[in-house]
Amino acid sequence: MSATIDLTLKVWRQQDRSDAGHFETIEAKDISVDASFLEMLDLVNERLTLDGREPIAFDHDCREGICGMCGAMVNGQAHGPESKTTLCQLHMRHFSDGDTVVIEPWRSRAFPVLKDLVVDRSAFDRIIAAGGYVSVRTGQAPEAHSIPVPKNKADLAFDAAQCIGCGACVAACPNASAMLFVAAKVSHLSLLPQGQAERRRRARAMVAQMDREGFGNCSNHYECEAACPKGISVAHIARLNREHLFASVMEKVTG
Amino acid sequence: MSLNAGIPGGPIASKWTRHKSEIKLVNPANKRRHTIIVVGTGLAGASAAASMSELGYKVKSFCIQDSPRRAHSIAAQGGINAAKNYQNDGDSVYRLFYDTVKGGDFRAREANVYRLAELSVNIIDQCVAQGVPFAREYGGLLDNRSFGGAQVSRTFYARGQTGQQLLLGAYGALMKEVANGGVELYPRHEMLDLVVVDGHARGIVTRDLVSGVIESHAADAVVLATGGYSTVFFLSTNAKACNVTATWRAHRKGALFANPCFTQIHPTCIPVHDKYQCKLTLMSESLRNDGRIWVPKDPSDKRPPNEIPESDRNYYLEERYPAFGNLVPRDVASRAAKAQCDEGYGVGPAGRAVYLDFRDAIDRLGKAKIEARYGNLFDMYAKIVNEDPYETPMMIYPAPHYAMGGLWVDYNLMSNLPGLHVLGEANFSDHGANRLGASALMQGLADGYFIIPATIGHYIASERLDKVGTDHPEFKAAEAAAVERTRKLLAINGKRTVDYFHRELGMLMWDRCGMSRNAEGLQEALKRVPEIRDEFWNNVNVPGSAETLNQSLEKAGRVADFLEFAETMVYDALHREESCGGHFREEYQTEDHEALRDDERFCHVAAWEFQGVGAEPRLHKEALSFDEIHLVKRSYK
Ligand SMILES: Cc1cc2nc3c(=O)[nH]c(=O)nc-3n(C[C@H](O)[C@H](O)[C@H](O)COP(=O)(O)OP(=O)(O)OC[C@H]3O[C@@H](n4cnc5c(N)ncnc54)[C@H](O)[C@@H]3O)c2cc1C
Ligand code: FES
Repeated sequence: MSATIDLTLKVWRQQDRSDAGHFETIEAKDISVDASFLEMLDLVNERLTLDGREPIAFDHDCREGICGMCGAMVNGQAHGPESKTTLCQLHMRHFSDGDTVVIEPWRSRAFPVLKDLVVDRSAFDRIIAAGGYVSVRTGQAPEAHSIPVPKNKADLAFDAAQCIGCGACVAACPNASAMLFVAAKVSHLSLLPQGQAERRRRARAMVAQMDREGFGNCSNHYECEAACPKGISVAHIARLNREHLFASVMEKVTG
Repeated sequence: MSLNAGIPGGPIASKWTRHKSEIKLVNPANKRRHTIIVVGTGLAGASAAASMSELGYKVKSFCIQDSPRRAHSIAAQGGINAAKNYQNDGDSVYRLFYDTVKGGDFRAREANVYRLAELSVNIIDQCVAQGVPFAREYGGLLDNRSFGGAQVSRTFYARGQTGQQLLLGAYGALMKEVANGGVELYPRHEMLDLVVVDGHARGIVTRDLVSGVIESHAADAVVLATGGYSTVFFLSTNAKACNVTATWRAHRKGALFANPCFTQIHPTCIPVHDKYQCKLTLMSESLRNDGRIWVPKDPSDKRPPNEIPESDRNYYLEERYPAFGNLVPRDVASRAAKAQCDEGYGVGPAGRAVYLDFRDAIDRLGKAKIEARYGNLFDMYAKIVNEDPYETPMMIYPAPHYAMGGLWVDYNLMSNLPGLHVLGEANFSDHGANRLGASALMQGLADGYFIIPATIGHYIASERLDKVGTDHPEFKAAEAAAVERTRKLLAINGKRTVDYFHRELGMLMWDRCGMSRNAEGLQEALKRVPEIRDEFWNNVNVPGSAETLNQSLEKAGRVADFLEFAETMVYDALHREESCGGHFREEYQTEDHEALRDDERFCHVAAWEFQGVGAEPRLHKEALSFDEIHLVKRSYK
């Protein structure tokens, strides 16, 4: 049996979108240090249920750091203290016996809280719908080897494409900007030959949708990169800025 | 009921082409007037919804997660197969077809598998055109690796995140159609029932997981792409929301459930370490390309693995299967690991693990190369286990992973219920009794991008479907039943949590209907499942209310369905008095403990018809014939 620790949780509780919400203190005793953060919450929820109290609502699914469903602010840090780690992959061995742990949902105007730690991130879907794809219909594709892609380009595109859409970048940003999220998709597609035809339109449309959703502006704090569980680089934001500038200029020139 | 798979005539290589040119079409102006419901946004569902919308159908797309992009397919790591023969190593459509039929231990339909192999090449073209960043060689062309026991390199991959990249491609296509107005999205909506009107699937009842509202959606056809049911074992490599609810509810409405006992146990998972653990982590089996599996020769040898010399190690897979070594198919590798542990050779605190050792590979190739190949997997292992796999051999143990069984479908992917189509892991599909690595992604995308867009038109053009609205009594009755079930779950107010029951059921199924099975254990499971189910309905505690976001309620509904489904799974395992693929009946094995198939009695698909909760389901058989590939003993020696 592995070692255990006792923690005091201060958890954000909010019934629904319209509720003002408040912090609740919950004791979490005998937590195995080998458990993940979400397994700790599972156990706390089991106990709350048996005590006749309502369990803490939190989003999760894959528990492998890839679906992007989980996430919360843990002691003020998106996904907690470990770098490049989603909440589901954070293990309790990074906490000490007696710690107080403050757990809050992502805070952003564009991500309204639905309940406790669960937020509405549908703004991200709408940004992608604005142009985060290559408009190729099923069945039209040419033979895959007809267009070689230099390995370094493909690798860079992959780095950007790793975004899991969890929203930690927005939560960590003092302005609640979604620039890293948008930049990752724009970068991924603009680095590949397949993404060229719609390159300008894509950057413009996605940035416009981001603005409409009420995300803040990027003022180069770079908290997003530090919070990103996939380590997506802010260099992609620079690329997005270039793409966007170019797209806007071209629009003026060509009408 | 006679099961007609509707396999087209002619030589196997031209069946699909011929079928496509013979089936009926819907004229473009009419497509707009037809609504199709697609439940699920994984590879199968997202690709189907996007492709059918492109053709002009009105599509309603549902999923449990907050965004379609988060479907369980996102977690697939290793890769996707395609018979491109880019490596010039002798691959072909025929070889992929052959490998899949043999890998499935001759329990899949030849015609379906051939079509799958044929379409595999189109999938790669489609995904590359979408901007899926597959791994490439320095020359700019696509890279391949060998995977899961294949003797050719036909697996395309995107580092260890192939499923993610393929799903993001399909999700992009889906969002393009949302923007074009062809697809209406319903995320955070769970299907609770299928609605059948005059014998045809005409819609679904859903619960809005945020507001709790239960409502109906009507359509001309329903497509289920709701994934697999491995979470019946509680502990599995699947995402937490994976469930059997959608397919089970359809089964209760008349759809046959085929081969439910065919489940795949994946050999390379991180062993269970804690009693509160609720999820097992898979490490891609690509690790077996370079890692060597062994246990100490002496069960009492407690030395740290690095101190155990070569002469005291038993590389049991290399020993026993010299041709395939560590790369034998999953079922064989899993069973061998279990056998070692059962005989006391297991390692780790609980003795339920074997070593996967990279020492020799690191010596041969250097650490940098191993890091480039498997870096993310090694990091993941280190994060969870808190040990450095570059220094100490990994410990692995098999875990439930994939469901070969699912709803019965014909060649058009339609179930026996007209209008109900089933894609991806949710159907019983093309993998027979055992799926080969990197073939699920291929099947999901073949079903969604290429098969259903063609066959759905045939259904719609062949039927004269009257308009049915959600005010039809069948919809009202299904809604009322869903509301009543929710009320009942919330009212029990018992002493045990939903997870308690899920764990109980999972442990029972793992012990009695897991990696190996026997009649006695299965009979016991048949006794125990109803007992657990009864206790659940009398003693479960589901807190909260019906009108809000209530995750306990969501889980309770899914576990309630597992508690019915599990019995059917056991009946299936009991009826199949042979061993094949992932289904190993201890009574039926060769002298050297290999699976013993019985082609005289069991060369069939077992499709079960619902007869009521707790009642033995009725068995229907679809005979399988092998005209292209001779039935042979599956040997990897
Ligand atoms: C860890 C892991 C690694 C894997 N790696 C590989 C690999 O390398 N190669 C390979 O080929 N295969 C792999 N597989 C298998 C493969 O990922 C799956 O079989 C495949 O992705 C299933 O796709 P799908 O579209 O059928 O279903 P899923 O992706 O499971 O999607 C199911 C969808 O249905 C929805 N849904 C379910 N129930 C309901 C309901 N009641 N109401 C509404 N919506 C519902 C869900 O929300 C989701 O959108 C792996 C599996 C796992 C677990
Ligand atoms: S649960 Fe999927 S990323 Fe954490």
